[in-house]
Amino acid sequence: MAENTLDRAAKNIILSLQDYALLSGRALSNLFRRPLTLADIFTQADSIGVGSIPIVLLTGFFTGGVLALQTSASLSQFGAGAITGQLVSFSMIKELGPVLTGLMVSGRNASGMASELGSMIVTEQVDAMRALGSDPLKKLVMPRLVATVVMLFFLAILSDMVGIMGGGAIAVFMLGQDGSQYFHSSYQSLVFGDIFQGLVKPVFFGFIIASIGCFYGMSTKGGTQGVGRATTQAVVVSSVLIIASDFVISRLMIGIFGR
Amino acid sequence: MADAAQAEQAAGKRETWSQTHPGEPVVVFDGVSLRSGGHTVLDNISFRVMGGETRIILGPAGVGKSVLLKLANGLIRPDSGTITVFGENVGRLREDDLFTLRAHIGMVFQEGALFDSLTVRDNVAYRLNEDHVAEEEVDRRVREALRFVELEDTIDKFPSQLSGGMRRRVSIARAIISDPELVLYDSPTGGLDPITSTTIIEIVVKQRDFYNSSSLLVTHRLQDAFTLATHRFNDGNNKMEKLPDGKVNENTTFLVLHEGKLVFDGSTLDLVHSEDPFIREFIE
Repeated sequence: MAENTLDRAAKNIILSLQDYALLSGRALSNLFRRPLTLADIFTQADSIGVGSIPIVLLTGFFTGGVLALQTSASLSQFGAGAITGQLVSFSMIKELGPVLTGLMVSGRNASGMASELGSMIVTEQVDAMRALGSDPLKKLVMPRLVATVVMLFFLAILSDMVGIMGGGAIAVFMLGQDGSQYFHSSYQSLVFGDIFQGLVKPVFFGFIIASIGCFYGMSTKGGTQGVGRATTQAVVVSSVLIIASDFVISRLMIGIFGR
Repeated sequence: MADAAQAEQAAGKRETWSQTHPGEPVVVFDGVSLRSGGHTVLDNISFRVMGGETRIILGPAGVGKSVLLKLANGLIRPDSGTITVFGENVGRLREDDLFTLRAHIGMVFQEGALFDSLTVRDNVAYRLNEDHVAEEEVDRRVREALRFVELEDTIDKFPSQLSGGMRRRVSIARAIISDPELVLYDSPTGGLDPITSTTIIEIVVKQRDFYNSSSLLVTHRLQDAFTLATHRFNDGNNKMEKLPDGKVNENTTFLVLHEGKLVFDGSTLDLVHSEDPFIREFIE
């Protein structure tokens, strides 16, 4: 009995992985097929990227601020309060900028994608699209994938920038540090590997957010209840994958760049 | 009248598959079976649809009627058996080739399945816009299709602003805009009041009599099915009327599904005089 249940669960996991790989692969292959649906990509970029700017700015600013606030006290104990800027920029660019931006965009957009596509599935709009000779993977999934990957890249840069500024504001106005020293140490300590790591992560995170959101949306079953379930699963799975893949990418980058 | 002229003009534009393949069926189901979730949905279904023929699929709810239409359009694939549409085995075609085939098929979904973020115009024009047809041509054909279903004044509205019956009519306009040779109607009157249902059936009869395309129509409403079989469209007064002397439309025939099996395949008169206990109970 237990063996049968395990057997069925294992098969379901493998089938889901296969479906996920097929959906992602086919959606990406549409990127190389003409005509390219640029209008759909721009629409999604506006909704996903521009629409996420306020939450990314707020999250980035306060994360940078709290990072400066919490670490300066500990650093000062060792007489290293002057490197607060270095710690904030390091943390924001390599880890917190990309990860927090990914998590915020995941909460906002993976859920949005899953619910939008799920609703289209249960109301037969996706079938109607196919019946009208249009490929839903090209029309619905590919634009979301491309737009999320591209926009998350820029959103992460924005978050890094605002986070460092937030840390700077706290360091100068609350901790009484020298602004010039803060920004100088922030800038001087960074090397190519740090920037590269910070820019590679959002590309992977963007792919995870869009592909998971679209996968759960396109696999929705069971009416409005199914849409709700798909939405929740999309956010949970994409968030966990972002954090797990962050560890893997970090380890890989440390292996390559030595820091 | 104007609609009839437009239909003739549209029909004259290209040779239809039925014209180039006289005597050959447009749709052939041969021993088609489908299982889902551990139970049999369709079991060894075989039938054919000839050019210009309207086949009405009857049966209780949940018997697999809508699934059968989706199989015919290649939206799902059968577990066994073959489905041939316009000479192509849809079970074996790649999705890209199915898109090409579907250019000749119009489908009306159960609840209309209109794209709720697009206006009526963009819904009806969807296929033309995907084919990058010129804007003026799109506008002309959208208005023509909406005029056919008598909803030209809703062109700038969104589906949420329309009633259930209006949504079905827009869905019919979207299905027929490219003059398909095969139209699949999935319960076009399901959930509608009797008066609205008659309006929808009148449009289906009008479409059948003007364009002479083949169609498969799913319904569980006997009244609608018999109205289709016993009426014709009079383009003189732009109204549906009963065929004289109790005649029935010979090109409108019936299929009855019961528990996933095809239990009847024949004409209106055969159906009415059937001795099969299930069919008798269903009709009476």
